[in-house]
This record gives sequence, C-alpha cells and structure tokens, in this order.
Amino acid sequence: MLKKSKLFLATLMLVFSAFGTTFAQEEATQHAEAPAAAEAHHEEKGKLNIKEIIFGHISDAYDWHVMDINEHPVSMPLPVIIYHPEKGLNMFMSSNLEHGHVAHEGYQLVTEHFIHERKEAGATEEELAALESKTGKIISLDGAAIKDFSITKNVFSMLLSVALLLVIMLTVANKYKKNGAMKAPSGLQNAIEPLITFVRDEVAKPNLGHKYMRFMPLLLTVFFFIWINNLLGLIPSGANFTGNIAATAALSLVSFIVILFSANKHFWGHLFNPPGVPLPAKILLVVIEIISLFIKPIALTIRLFANILAGHIIILSVISMIFIFGAMNQAAGWGFAPVSIAFSIFMFCLELLVAAIQAFIFTNLTAVFIGQAVEEGHHDAHEHGIDHAHSENELVL
Amino acid sequence: MGLITPALGLFVWTLVAFLIVLFILKKFAWKPILKTLNERETGIANSIASAEKVRLEMAEMQADNQRLLQEAREERSIMLKEAKDAKDKIINEAKEQAKAEANKIMEDARVQIELKKNAALTDVKNEIGNMAVAVAEKVLRKKLDAADSQADYIRMLAEEIKLN
Repeated sequence: MLKKSKLFLATLMLVFSAFGTTFAQEEATQHAEAPAAAEAHHEEKGKLNIKEIIFGHISDAYDWHVMDINEHPVSMPLPVIIYHPEKGLNMFMSSNLEHGHVAHEGYQLVTEHFIHERKEAGATEEELAALESKTGKIISLDGAAIKDFSITKNVFSMLLSVALLLVIMLTVANKYKKNGAMKAPSGLQNAIEPLITFVRDEVAKPNLGHKYMRFMPLLLTVFFFIWINNLLGLIPSGANFTGNIAATAALSLVSFIVILFSANKHFWGHLFNPPGVPLPAKILLVVIEIISLFIKPIALTIRLFANILAGHIIILSVISMIFIFGAMNQAAGWGFAPVSIAFSIFMFCLELLVAAIQAFIFTNLTAVFIGQAVEEGHHDAHEHGIDHAHSENELVL
Repeated sequence: MGLITPALGLFVWTLVAFLIVLFILKKFAWKPILKTLNERETGIANSIASAEKVRLEMAEMQADNQRLLQEAREERSIMLKEAKDAKDKIINEAKEQAKAEANKIMEDARVQIELKKNAALTDVKNEIGNMAVAVAEKVLRKKLDAADSQADYIRMLAEEIKLN
C-alpha cells in the first residue's frame, strides 16, 4: 500500500516536472518570438500584434527563423532564385536582403517598413496598394514582372522531408531485397509495412478494383509525402508546407493529371453524353459534370491546405492567449498559461491525428476519383438515367 | 489575401520534387516492396495450402497404416490357425500311421507265431508219428508173431489213420 502511494507520488511529480519543462520552453520561445514581430514594426514598438505573429509563423519566408536570443534573431538564410525577363536568373542568399531594409541587385523584400518608407517618399495610392498585396514577397525595383523560384522556408522544409522520405523508404526497400519474401519484417520495415498494406488494402483495392497495382506508386507516394510534411510542419518553428495552398495545389494537380489520363471511354462518354437524359437536362448535366470534374482537384487542394493551416492557427492562437492576457496584466498572463498550455497540448495531439487523417483523405479521394475515371460501364445505371456511383462519391467532396 | 494566392516558386518546386520522389520511390522502393509483399502473401497462402495438403496426406497415411496393421493382424491369426491345424493333422497322421504300423507288426508277429506254431506242431506231429512208428515197430516186432492179430492190428491202424 505504502509502495503504491509512493509510486503514485513519483509519477505525479514526473508529470508536473514534464509539464514545467514544456511550459518553460514555450515561454522561452514565445518571449523570443514577440520581439521578432515587433522588429518589423518599428512604428508600433511595445504593442503586441498577434496577427503579425501568427501570420509570421504560417507564411512562407526567405529565411528560416528559429527564434530570437536577446533580440538577435537565430535564423538560417536561404538561397533566393529570381528569374528576371531581362537580367535572366539571379541567385543570392536571402541574408543580402536584410529583412527588407536594403535592396540587393535591384530586388527588394516588401515589408511594412518598406511600404511605410514609400508612403513617406510620396508614393501613389495605387503603388501602395500594389505593394500591400506583395507584402513578404520580393519585387524588382525596376518594375519588371519577375518569377520567384527561391528556395524558401517551405521549399527547404519540403526538400528536407523529401530527403527523409527517400532515406526511410530506400532503407526499407533494401531490407526487403536483403531479407527476401519469406522472412518476417523487423525494425523500420515493420513500422512501414502496415502503412503500405493499409494503403493497398483499404485505399487502392476497394476503389480501383483489379487495376489497383498501376496506381499504387502514386497513392503511396502521395500518402507518405503528405504525412511526413504534415508531421514536420508540427515541429515548433517548422515550416507550414502542407498548410500552403501552392504546395497542395501542386499535389492535386498531379492527382488531376493522373485522373484525366487514366480516364477511359466510359468515363468521357458519361461526362459528355449522359445516357437516358432528355436534351435540355443533358446540356445542364454536362455543364455540371464538367464543373464537378474541375472542382475535384480544387477540393483536394483546399481541404488539405485549410485543415493544416487551421490547426496551426489554432495552436498559435491558443499560445498567443498567454501574451494577450500578459499584455493586459502580467498576473493574468501567468494565470492563463497552464490553461493555454493544456489546450495547446490537446491541439498538438489532435494535429498529430489530423496529419495522418488528412494524408489518408487526400490519398483516398485521389483513389476514389481515379476509380471513377477507370470504372467500367455498368448497365443498371442506364435504366435510372443518373449514374449512382457518381452521386454516391460526390458526397465525399 | 496572401494565404490563398499560390506562390509560383513553391508550386513549381513542389511539383518537381514530388515527381522526382514519385519516380525514385516507384523504381527503387514501391516496386520491390510491393513485389516482396505479394510474394510473401502468395508464399504464405501456398504454405498454408501445402500444410493442409500434408495434413490430409498424413491422415490418409495413418489410415492406411491402420488398415495394413489390421490386415497383418488378421493374416497372422489366420496363419496361426493354419499352423495349428497342420500340426494337429500331422500329429493325427503320425498317430494313425504309428497305429497302423503297430497293427501291421502285431499281425506279422501273429502270422509268424502261427507259422512257427504250425511248424512246431508239424514237427511235434512228425516226431510223435516217428515215435509212434518206432513204438509201433517195437510193439509190432513183438506182436506180429501172431498172424491174425497182425491182420487185426493192421486193420485197426488203418482205421485210425483215416480218422486223423
């Protein structure tokens, strides 16, 4: 009995000490982050701008800012690659831009500070509005339409995850080659195998039938690519890659192209000439079907992007609550901290789940759409006029 | 809103990186992994099927063994019975033969005895005859002096001989 209560006490203490450490860490990061945002706002010094902080965390950046120590930012500069229609390709490190304070080779990082400067220099309203829409981006001072292919924070994070993914999967593949078919999986192989068989048995086979093997590489790559990026995005001060619409748009473009190229005659036939429908309804139906065809990748894009982005914003908001309260009254800030930390831990757990779920949903919907495109004709649908398979799957959107 | 306008750079990099990853993993990871998984699954299915087959074969063999054993047992008992019969038969035959042999020997002996007896009797008769003749001779030599008594005696003798 005594032993038991001792054990309980020890556990309790361990939990509290762990809690304390997390708390201290979060405090440190947040204290460090607040001045970083303030730095961009010389004119608003001392005033807490939560929107700025949160957007600073979820937006892409030209350098990887980890934290500030004694108001000195700890960040890694990343290469800027710009294609100028006249000057060609330009490459330089983002540290040369000095956070928008100086122009480099005629390129300027647009910041609030820069817009403020231009305003004072007497820029027109239109110019200011144009600059406002380009905040956080690089512009060419000669006004040329440049193409920005910089290795930004998101790109860099993605490249890291790609390297990680390749290392993991090639190691696992090697193990398969070395061990042969009739040896039980072990280690990393054992961790990855259920995921692969999950994608094969729960995603590919039910949706694609006997043609599943053709699409397995795509589905597996999509699943693991999204998942690993989601997870890397959850690491504090990590990038928000899958919460960026450009990233998810690129992924769904790949899915869309695969859907279009794998679509068979039956699919196109039903799309442009739905059987058993009177002409006026047919015209309407074709229009709707074409719209729905394009809505699919758009839905894929927005679902992943919005889910991940929302998760990040919620966690950041919950943490920011401490500083909102702290700005009002220091005691209130300290008082609210445990609540905020508890809630953000809960949100982190939820986000871990969401990271896997969203990867699965993206993969599954890709499989569903490909499944519709490669589906062979079934005759009872003709009698009812409207294809059942379509209406069923449309609900998932 | 900056959040919902996709940046060209990130879009292109993602597309390129994803396609490269897809290509590399397809060639060097997914294909061997899926192939091995398939092989393993079919291997396991085959193993189970063959184990089942072996089990059935074993059961069949066991039944066969049982049957053979039963047959052997029956055969053994039949053989034992036959052997016993043969033994009895041989013994009986031997007894019979011995009996017959004994009978034959007895018979022979009896015949022999009879013969010997007859021979002995003949000898005795002859001896008696001779002795009788000798006696008679002696008697006759004395009595034949009288003629008529001689004749009567001869007659009596003759009658006696006929009776014998």
